[in-house]
Amino acid sequence: MATETPAFGLYVHWPFCAAKCPYCDFNSHVWAKVDQDQWLPLYLTEIKRESERTPDHVLKTIFFGGGTPSLMQPDVVQKIIEAARGAWRTSNDLEITLEANPTSVEAAKFRSLKDAGVNRVSIGVQATNNEALKLLGRLHTIEEAWAAVDAAQLVFDRSSFDLIYARQYQTLTDWREELSLALSRAAGHLSLYQLTIEDGTAFGDRYRRGRLPGLPDEDTSADMFLLTQELCDAAGLPAYEVSNHATPGNEARHNLIYWQGGDYAGIGPGAHGRLTINGKRIATEAYLDPAGWRNAVLTHGNGESASRTLSSEDVGVEALLMGLRVRDGLPDRRVPWDQINENEHNDLILNGFLERDATGLRLSDQGRPVVNAVINRLLS
Amino acid sequence: MTELDHIRNFSIVAHIDHGKSTLADRLIQMTGTVADREMKEQLLDSMDIERERGITIKANTVRIEYPAKDGETYVLNLIDTPGHVDFGYEVSRSMQAVEGSLLVVDATQGVEAQTLANVYQAIEADHEIVPVLNKIDLPAADMERVAEQIEDVIGIDATDAIQISAKTGVGIPDVLEAIVTRLPAPGGDRDAPLKVMLVDSYYDAYLGVVVLIRVVDGVIKKGDRIKMLKTGGTYSIDRLGVFRPEMTDIAELGPGEIGFFTASIKQVRDTRVGDTITHEKKGTTEALPGFKPSQPVVFCGLFPVDNAEFEDLRDAIEKLALNDASFSYEMETSAALGFGFRCGFLGLLHLEVIRDRIEREYNIELITTAPSVIYHVYMRDGTMIELHNPADMPDPSLIDHIEEPRIKATILVPDEYLGDVLKLCQDRRGIQEDLTYAGSRAMVVYDLPLNEVVFDFYDRLKSVTKGYASFDYQLTGYREDNLVKMQILVNDEPVDALSMMVHRDRAEARGRAMCEKLKDLIPRHMFKIPIQAAIGGRIIARETLAALRKDVTAKCYGGDATRKRKLLDKQKAGKKKMRQFGKVDIPQEAFISALKMDG
Ligand SMILES: Nc1nc2c(ncn2[C@@H]2O[C@H](COP(=O)(O)OP(=O)(O)O)[C@@H](O)[C@H]2O)c(=O)[nH]1
Ligand SMILES: C[S@@+](CC[C@H](N)C(=O)[O-])C[C@H]1O[C@@H](n2cnc3c(N)ncnc32)[C@H](O)[C@@H]1O
Ligand code: SF4
Ligand SMILES: [Mg+2]
Repeated sequence: MATETPAFGLYVHWPFCAAKCPYCDFNSHVWAKVDQDQWLPLYLTEIKRESERTPDHVLKTIFFGGGTPSLMQPDVVQKIIEAARGAWRTSNDLEITLEANPTSVEAAKFRSLKDAGVNRVSIGVQATNNEALKLLGRLHTIEEAWAAVDAAQLVFDRSSFDLIYARQYQTLTDWREELSLALSRAAGHLSLYQLTIEDGTAFGDRYRRGRLPGLPDEDTSADMFLLTQELCDAAGLPAYEVSNHATPGNEARHNLIYWQGGDYAGIGPGAHGRLTINGKRIATEAYLDPAGWRNAVLTHGNGESASRTLSSEDVGVEALLMGLRVRDGLPDRRVPWDQINENEHNDLILNGFLERDATGLRLSDQGRPVVNAVINRLLS
Repeated sequence: MTELDHIRNFSIVAHIDHGKSTLADRLIQMTGTVADREMKEQLLDSMDIERERGITIKANTVRIEYPAKDGETYVLNLIDTPGHVDFGYEVSRSMQAVEGSLLVVDATQGVEAQTLANVYQAIEADHEIVPVLNKIDLPAADMERVAEQIEDVIGIDATDAIQISAKTGVGIPDVLEAIVTRLPAPGGDRDAPLKVMLVDSYYDAYLGVVVLIRVVDGVIKKGDRIKMLKTGGTYSIDRLGVFRPEMTDIAELGPGEIGFFTASIKQVRDTRVGDTITHEKKGTTEALPGFKPSQPVVFCGLFPVDNAEFEDLRDAIEKLALNDASFSYEMETSAALGFGFRCGFLGLLHLEVIRDRIEREYNIELITTAPSVIYHVYMRDGTMIELHNPADMPDPSLIDHIEEPRIKATILVPDEYLGDVLKLCQDRRGIQEDLTYAGSRAMVVYDLPLNEVVFDFYDRLKSVTKGYASFDYQLTGYREDNLVKMQILVNDEPVDALSMMVHRDRAEARGRAMCEKLKDLIPRHMFKIPIQAAIGGRIIARETLAALRKDVTAKCYGGDATRKRKLLDKQKAGKKKMRQFGKVDIPQEAFISALKMDG
């Protein structure tokens, strides 16, 4: 089929961390010992399997996410990158991002990670003072975190760091100061996430038992969100997605693939993928449990636990769910018009939550903080 | 058939948890009526829901054979009754069917409101009463104080009160002896025309309707043609028996005896508690005194959360009604809630029991609308309308006056909480009728409007007294008051399921409380929503629910597409549990929660 080849990325999930953070519901595990030389071939097997069914895809990005991929040995990272480069045709400016935790151990590895092929890091700073880092259960101090940010900016052309806000006891003024400091240190990209209390995490349990005091109420967290837009706009790092900010041209191309409905192969425990094969869009999912995934790859040469072809309805809903998060919204041809409630659509436009023109459908500034409600209404 | 002087019929009167069921178990066990290995706890409480709530809903009977110290064997019939205010009439019928009562009082707690209400019924039925002090195994038991209390508060001699522990079995033989020596044998004439009292009835999937009876005069036999005096129904007895406690067939039952029969009766509705049963031919024409049909006093709408389940709900309600003549229903349609039923109950507990059974046994999620009592609306043209549903309220300009049902409430409460109880009763438009002391406890009697009590009075009472108060009531009659219909408007649309009758003087406070509650119960929408209370066209309270300001998932990566999709589907399912009023979604819990008052 001679249709356009979608943008294509590879997601590599490394599921291990030094400690489990109390708010985190990512597929992350603390193992006493991980023999990385035994894990490497598993990833290589998966790359081979995925590439065999996507021979015409052109790889544009690789993303090492976690867990804590900065705990990976640089040589393991390097071999995975080499395998990917060998398995697919690649674009000239392949973006290769790795998520890093900012302890001194990891900062010391940046240079060898760069030599391994990584050209962008995203660092989990999370908060800018030590009390807050302690409440988040982080293993690093803010001094270490800034040292890691400095080191990354020295080594890599592109880097970003993450902050979590709307935390316990944080006021609007606190956040203003924190964010201003962060903006003064940012190198073109920042991810700013409001703390989400997830079921099945330590915070989730505490919250349910009423033991997680000091969280901002809806109005305060809405104000924090607005303040974030205001300060980042002023600093020249507007939001290009709900929680991601960049100077023009510094957007994370890998994540844009998710939001813009591109293809991605997901390998590693719990990784998800979306692949367009013979005109059909397939959703894949790997075994969540690291040992289970390892066994599956070892014994069957395949870590996939599920894969299904998405219906056109599914594709449409996903396009909307992901696409409206991006500043520029969805191009008209990707909007699932047949699933959209016309009355709600018109009403949302009339009331200033949505904007529509020849280029497509997008949220207004007023609509962005309530994007979930907008989507619910559009699909009702 | 047993000779009259070898029969003793009795009931057990007790406040909840004072040990009635445990004592009944011991009596059954010690007389060998049930082998030890078949003994399970609370033999007489049958349904799950009763067990969970610790109440016995239907009257139960058991026949015990007891070889007394005088060398003779006696037949002891125990009738166990619900004891809850909702079933006051059923209790009074059961009391009429026996000659004596064991008055069981927990020796660690003393006399409570239910003890009083039930013992008065026993006194009214002319019972011989044997006081029994239970739980003497507990260190906190104070037999002397409690005996004194029985004398002071109830006014019966407690010098010969029997001290027992229903748990360990201490004193049980004394109870059995006292039943024989202190309670009277029944009277009755075996040669007179048949006269049988219908004590209760229930539906059994295999046997059809099972009727519990007490023979007053004459003899009833298997195969007899019988007639019910009130309903006029005629039947022939298929099966006659007694409970031991399992059903055991018997050839005949004579005067003074208690048992059951089946007669191919299709539904419980065809049997009326308190009715008189006689032979079809040459029967008595004289009915037993005191019959009254049971009348629902509390009404509410039951609607399926999922409109598609309406037929299932109809089915469930019809099935339950087969076994419960005191529960009434008719179809109701509501603009907002769709199709459902307006149901009448004997009281709030009765309502909850039925609602829980529908939800649990038939798996139908329900929206319950505001409970309402029956108002008597007197019209200018001289007619009177019984109003069961505020939605049916006639045009106020046509109304002359409205009367509401009142109750006499008896509350027993430790001194230190008296002030809070008086305030609660006063706030609920109560008129104090009596206040006396018994030791460190006060007994207050209030005349209260039933509509102030049906919703959450008991919950509030429990909370202001930390559970130490006990409460009972009796309906006394109707009285005129300044009553109005209050409507709730959400986003300017009236929500009929939330309208209610209130006293004019309380309308503002009630309206404000409702609006505040609803403001918390209704989720924020993308626009701001006025919530108002109104009488006629006049707004008496108003709150504004602010518009939604934040509803956004912070992080959303590759794996989250699937997750977000699932969340969306879940929200859609959640939306089914909401009801739409104009553009506003109201969650089902709101209908009940909004009515709960905090003061
Ligand atoms: N310690 C003690 N507990 C008892 C005694 N009699 C009953 N109980 C307990 O008191 C509670 C209520 O008893 P129950 O028979 O269900 O009371 P009912 O509500 O009057 O039927 C149960 O937990 C019984 O086990 C007793 O003599 N001693
Ligand atoms: C894959 S996670 C963790 C990456 C890395 N292991 C770390 O902890 O720095 C990526 C980012 O998601 C954000 N995040 C994780 N859990 C979150 C939560 N419950 N609420 C908001 N943001 C969260 C954090 O900012 C984190 O850096
Ligand atoms: S937040 Fe990062 S370091 Fe903490 S448990 Fe999650 S993945 Fe691991
Ligand atoms: Mg009981």
